[in-house]
Amino acid sequence: MALLEVRNLSVEFATPAGRLKAVDDVSFAIGEGEVMGLVGESGSGKTVACRAMLHLLPPGRKRSVAGEAVFEGRNLMAMNDAELREVHGRKIGMIFQNPSSHLDPLMTVGGQVAEPLIYHEGLTRKDARSRAVELLRQVGIPDPARAVDAYPHQLSGGMRQRVMIASAVACRPKLLVADEPTTALDVTVQTQILRLLLELRDKTGLAIVLITHDLAVIASTCDSVAVMYAGRIMERAPKPELVARPRHPYTMGLIRSQPSRAVPGRELPSIEGQLPAPGDLPTGCRFHPRCAFAAERCRRPPVDLEAAGPEHVTACLRWREIGQAA
Amino acid sequence: MTALLEVRDLKVRYRGRGGLGDWLRRRPPPWVHAVNGVDLDIEPGEIVGLVGESGCGKSSLGRALLRLTPTSGGSLRFGGQDLMGLEGEALMRFRRRAQMVFQDPLASLNPRRTVSETLSEVLRVHRLCPEPQIRVRVLELMDRVGLAASLADRSSRSLSGGQCQRVGIARALAMGADFIVADEPVSALDVSIQAQILNLLVRLQRERNLTILFISHDLGVIRYLCRRVVVMYLGCVVEEGPVEAVFARPQHPYTQSLIDAIPRMAPDARLGASALTGEPPSPQARPAGCAFHPRCPRVMPQCRTGEPPPPRTTDGRRVWCHLYAEPVAPEGPRAGDPPAYQQSTIEMASD
Repeated sequence: MALLEVRNLSVEFATPAGRLKAVDDVSFAIGEGEVMGLVGESGSGKTVACRAMLHLLPPGRKRSVAGEAVFEGRNLMAMNDAELREVHGRKIGMIFQNPSSHLDPLMTVGGQVAEPLIYHEGLTRKDARSRAVELLRQVGIPDPARAVDAYPHQLSGGMRQRVMIASAVACRPKLLVADEPTTALDVTVQTQILRLLLELRDKTGLAIVLITHDLAVIASTCDSVAVMYAGRIMERAPKPELVARPRHPYTMGLIRSQPSRAVPGRELPSIEGQLPAPGDLPTGCRFHPRCAFAAERCRRPPVDLEAAGPEHVTACLRWREIGQAA
Repeated sequence: MTALLEVRDLKVRYRGRGGLGDWLRRRPPPWVHAVNGVDLDIEPGEIVGLVGESGCGKSSLGRALLRLTPTSGGSLRFGGQDLMGLEGEALMRFRRRAQMVFQDPLASLNPRRTVSETLSEVLRVHRLCPEPQIRVRVLELMDRVGLAASLADRSSRSLSGGQCQRVGIARALAMGADFIVADEPVSALDVSIQAQILNLLVRLQRERNLTILFISHDLGVIRYLCRRVVVMYLGCVVEEGPVEAVFARPQHPYTQSLIDAIPRMAPDARLGASALTGEPPSPQARPAGCAFHPRCPRVMPQCRTGEPPPPRTTDGRRVWCHLYAEPVAPEGPRAGDPPAYQQSTIEMASD
């Protein structure tokens, strides 16, 4: 059984310009110990989808959220605040792109790692502190006994990201939602952080949702992938399958436009056109204005996900015709 | 071929952030050496990639080459002309030939100006075009960078990131520049847009024989775009050479780990095996000897004390590393000296 199953999640924001559908009928599932990549460009709705299911959308904005997110048999979307507090930090951890804006600048690193232990597990301050030192050691912070008393500003970006990970996994959650955890980091540090996440998975059976715009990061870390574009899932498949046999022209375009794969001197295959504005989405398949294979029927709804293989679904209406030749 | 740009022992330093002690004693904060003696030749029509982690001085170097930031030593020659003393009209003339494209396309444009206003200002300030022909010239420039003419009267604010970056490139071309420093021009763009801008740069380079210094932290992009690559670490160049050779057989341990850390796009891709431990130290606390030694997996005793020896050039490659030093003829052994350059002196760094 899946650890988390998201079904038909939709998020709409009410803005002066009208209703913006940021996430439209998104479904995915993740099993225990699985690393799932959620990949998409800016505005694809990948972050909004994950924040919506954890009730972490910024307050104050008018919105409507529909759908279900069933975690260990309970629907997160139907939970009240008290129930959510039992889940956040204890069962589900979350880390973000920019650790500096998600760590408390006035609290020591140790305090922030110990806080969930005191709150959820009822540890004494002293015990929580020694657990915090142990956690900081596990995430690879040098001299953890000293770092525990440091403030976030005294650490580098990579070290802060490690602190955020330590705090997120302090109570041994079942699921970690990681939103662009390495985007702000240098490549060598990126590899260190990704390796740390995979080690945590191997040791503790943690499942990870890795949200990123970088398909190459996904290709080297994830078990399964969901590709989002303009609020919808375009394709979902196990990673080796998706990279070897993409069944959606958007995924194909993303893979081919990776400079690391291209032949120097030859033109880089690119996806023409611009990303659609959220208030002005194309009808039918959202990708059709940029798609080289668009036909008349791509312009009209409905565009549903269709099975293209075992555990492989695509939103492309023409995937059979396009096939591998594309 | 003579180099278009000749850089010798270039140094850039800034005042760092001082502590309370500095303030109390009314002494100026310490210097931070962002660029610490760089030698570089760029030939006409070449795309040179400059790569390194954040804080390695790659942007400072790029800006110093265009005289956008003061230098504290060394020499700079562009087309045979000394740039260091240029002022006034002569500096203006240099700027017409050498331009910069910035990382953040939105921040580098005035959001309230239209595309046409942004581009025509350049033409007016540098008196490059008689007033009545400005509009025609602007549309021509827009066409060259792939912007629809209908966008001419839209404000920068209403453009997408990719479109703004095209305006930034058009602005550099408006001057007729033949040398462009592009500082992470595609890092802020979405993947599908990034490829479009890279293709544009390649096309312009071919059509106009542009010379480009392409600054990036993304080795995948550099491998695709550039003919030559220069790798920087903490203000110094550690390796330079033709892209194919450096990527196929990186020599400096730092280059090796950078290339190893590129995430690969393959069905069976895995994370690189030998990632560096630790993070780049701040340039304010530069380690002695070879600046890379605290993170180097192949560190030797001499790395901790001595600067890397000046490199030999073989097949157009240069590596600043003790590993590739020629065994010098001993001047007579001194007591206490480590035996030089023997395999047994190579230690593995402790984790």
